[in-house]
Amino acid sequence: MRTLYALSALALFLTACGSQPPSPEQAPSGVESRSPGSLSSGSTTKPVTQDKFDEMSLAALKDPRSPLSKRAIYFDYDSYLVKDEYQSLLASHAKFLAANPKMKMLIQGNADERGSREYNLALGQKRSDAVKKALQLLGAREDQLESVSLGEEKPACTELTEPCWAQNRRGDMLYSGEF
Amino acid sequence: MRLRVSLVPLLIAGLVAGVFISSPAQAQLTVEITGQSGKRLPVAIADFAGERIIAQALTSVIRADLDRSGLFRLVDAGATIDETTPPPFGDLKSREADAVAGGSVGMAGDGRYETRVRLYDVPKQVALGAQAYAHTGTQLRTTAHRISDFIYEKLTGEPGLFSTRIAYVVKSTGRYELQIADADGNNPQSALASREPIISPTWSPDGGKLAYVSFEAKKPVVYVHDLVSGRRHVVANFKGSNSAPSWSPDGKQLAVVLTKDGNSQIYLVNVDGSGVRRLASSPGIDTEPRFSADGAHIYFTSDRGGSPQIYRLPAAGGTAERITFDGSYNVTPRPSPDGKSLAYIARNNGRFQLSLMDLATKQIQVLTDSAKDESPSFAPNGRMILYATEVGGRGVLAAVSADGRVKQRLSVHAADVREPTWAPLRK
Repeated sequence: MRTLYALSALALFLTACGSQPPSPEQAPSGVESRSPGSLSSGSTTKPVTQDKFDEMSLAALKDPRSPLSKRAIYFDYDSYLVKDEYQSLLASHAKFLAANPKMKMLIQGNADERGSREYNLALGQKRSDAVKKALQLLGAREDQLESVSLGEEKPACTELTEPCWAQNRRGDMLYSGEF
Repeated sequence: MRLRVSLVPLLIAGLVAGVFISSPAQAQLTVEITGQSGKRLPVAIADFAGERIIAQALTSVIRADLDRSGLFRLVDAGATIDETTPPPFGDLKSREADAVAGGSVGMAGDGRYETRVRLYDVPKQVALGAQAYAHTGTQLRTTAHRISDFIYEKLTGEPGLFSTRIAYVVKSTGRYELQIADADGNNPQSALASREPIISPTWSPDGGKLAYVSFEAKKPVVYVHDLVSGRRHVVANFKGSNSAPSWSPDGKQLAVVLTKDGNSQIYLVNVDGSGVRRLASSPGIDTEPRFSADGAHIYFTSDRGGSPQIYRLPAAGGTAERITFDGSYNVTPRPSPDGKSLAYIARNNGRFQLSLMDLATKQIQVLTDSAKDESPSFAPNGRMILYATEVGGRGVLAAVSADGRVKQRLSVHAADVREPTWAPLRK
C-alpha cells in the first residue's frame, strides 16, 4: 500500500503539467544514491578528495564546508525584508546560478501558523519573492528562479512559542533535483 | 450528550492510471453536541410497525438526526404508531409532544423495503404530510436521513441538512487525506491521500466535484476532482503559487489566486483551466476570493489598507469596496446562501474567532468563544456554519447555528481535522 502510494505520488509528480520545472539534472549515476528528488553529492565520475572541493560544482551544494549547503533565510515577524546578514549567502547562491546557467532554483516561502491558511500562503509568497529579487540583483537569471509559497503548511517546528515560530518564518532554496 | 456514530466505510473507485488512490477512510468522526437552542420543539418519533429490525434502525437514526440538530426535544411516543391509524393524540398531548411521526416498513415485491411515514400536528390533531420510500437494506441510513429532512422541513419550513455531505482534510503523521462524509460524520470516504498538504477544498455548486489546493508538486497547485469518476485535472499550475479556488454559482468558472505576475492576485479561470484572466490589480495581497450566492460580487481578503481586511468587488470587475473596519485582522469571507450576512474570521485580542456580519446593518456577532477558528463554511440552508478550530492542541471541526445557540463538535480520534466545506443540497 505504502509502496503503491509512493509510486503513485511519483507518477503524479512526473505527470503534473503546466509550469513544472525541468527534470532534475542529476550528475551521472553510478553511485548508490538513486532516490528520486535528491541530489547525490559526490556523484561525479571523478572521486572527490577530502580536502578540496570545487565551489562551483554540484557537490558543493551538499558539502557542509560550502556556503551553498546553507539554504534557509529567516525573517522577522510580519516582515519580508531580507536581512543584511544573508547578503553573502545569497551572493554565493547567485554566483553559483550564474556559473551553472542550466541550474534552476525553487524558493519556498513559509509563514508561522497564526491566522488564515490562505492569507499565510500569500505572506510566504512575499518572502520567497523577496529572496528571488535579491538573487536576481546578485546575478541570477529570472528564468532560473521560481518563487512559491508553502504558507503555514510545512512548519519546521511545531511548538507554540516565538522561537519556534521564528524558525517557520523562512525561505528555503531548493536546486534542480531537490524538488 | 454524546453520540457515537458507527463507521461504515465504503470504497469509492478513484484510480486514474495509477495517479492517485481513493480508499476507505480509517478515521472515525465523532459528533458531540456542545450547545442547544433555547426553545426546542418537542417531537415524538414513534416505533414504526412492520419489519422490526429495519424499523428500529431507521427510527434510531431519525431520532439521532433530530436531536443533533439542536432544534428538537425528543419525547417518548409510548406506543408503536403506523401511518394509517390516527395516533393517540390525547396521550401524546399529555406527553407534551407537539408533533409525532409514525410509519411502517414492509417488503416490496422486488426484495426491497417500502417505508411509509406520516407526520402529525398533535395540538391540532391533523396530518402534516406523508412520504413513502423504496430502499434496500444498505440504504437504511440514507432513507432515515431523507425522512429526517422531510420532518425537519415540515416543522421548520426550511430544507433539512441530514442528507448533505461534508468534505475536510485529516492530517495524521506524514499523511494528508481529503475525506467526504455524511453530515453526521458517518460513512467517511477518502477522495485523495497525499504526503503533502491539501488545503482549501470547496464543492462545485452541483455537488459533484471538489476544487482544492495540493502541494504534491512541492508548490501549491489548484485541481478540480470529479467525485463520481475519481478523475481530476489541473486548473491552475502557473509559475509561482496557485491557490484559494472559489466556484462561480453557475459552476463554469473559478476565482483563483495566482502569483504568476508578481503579488498574490485574483484571477478568473474556466473550470477546464482555459481562459485565465486577471480580475483586479492591487499593490498588496489579494486572496481568499469567494463568490456571493447570486454571483454578482466576489468577496476577498486584501492588505491594501495596511492590514488584512475584507473587501468585495463586482464579479465583472470594477471598484473594490471595503466591508470590515473593526480590528486589524479580518479574513476568510464567506457570504451566506441568502446573501444577507457574511461569516469570516476576526482576530480579537489575539484570538481568531468566527464572526457573522449582517451586511445591511453592519452589525457583528462573534459566534464562538474559541481562539483558533478557521475556514468557515455555510450549510446550504444557511442555518449552520461549519468551521475548523482547535481543542487541546488538536484540530477539530465544529458547527454553530447562525444565531450562535446550537453548537456541535466533530472530531477524529488521534488526528487533526481541518479545512471543512459543506456540500450543497443534492439535486
